[in-house]
Amino acid sequence: MTEIVKGIAAILILFGAFLSLVTAFGLIRLPDVYTRNHAASKSATLGVMSILLGAFLYFWAEHGHFNSRVILGIVFIFMTAPVAGHLISRAAYNNGVALWEKSVQDDLKGKNSQRQIEK
Amino acid sequence: MKTNDLILQTVTKVAAFVIILFSISIFLGGHYSPGGGFVGGLMTSCAVVLLLLAYDLKTVAGLLPIDYKIMIACGLLISVSTVAGSWLFDAPLMTHAFSDFNFPVLGKTTLHTAVLFDLGVYLVVIGVTMTIIQTIGESE
Repeated sequence: MTEIVKGIAAILILFGAFLSLVTAFGLIRLPDVYTRNHAASKSATLGVMSILLGAFLYFWAEHGHFNSRVILGIVFIFMTAPVAGHLISRAAYNNGVALWEKSVQDDLKGKNSQRQIEK
Repeated sequence: MKTNDLILQTVTKVAAFVIILFSISIFLGGHYSPGGGFVGGLMTSCAVVLLLLAYDLKTVAGLLPIDYKIMIACGLLISVSTVAGSWLFDAPLMTHAFSDFNFPVLGKTTLHTAVLFDLGVYLVVIGVTMTIIQTIGESE
């Protein structure tokens, strides 16, 4: 039983490391702020969460140590990392950072100009 | 430009609660695990700073009506009186003592006076951090 849980923990940690690598590639290769932010906030969140879950399972199975702080950390990252991504994207848009030139749709464009007229 | 901070404010309500609980856990567990008054105090002031980011200074001052300079004084007073308390028992300065108590609900609990010293550190750290940040934030 312990060996099975340790195997699951190893798979989770490798999966999380792979997702972090995918995040790094996305940050390098994607064209503009918004797509990069999409890669960074989404896959890095899941990657870090799986690494933490793997570490939690390992210490639970191997040492019998139930570390509730890791569970709290998983919940906290799941709650706050997307909001951080949202705030960075919104700050970029409000400061007028341009979209990728091949983008076809900008739903916020009218709203933003309307806001500038009101101002 | 008035922006809509609904998402940030809603998450802050939950996150500040979690951060404060975690800082109290770190503060109380300081003698058996990494942590203590300094890290706990810094983390509590982090929660207040998060509230300051999501709301403005006046709202947070209404939420937590604390004068942080008085908080620094209270923390120093607690630490100094813990140190001076060893005089009462004719021991060298900063001698700390512990004893076992039987509480009705908690059962047998060991209490140590070093925790009181740590409480002073905790209050001073919160007070200093919040005084610095509020002073910088208020000056236009």
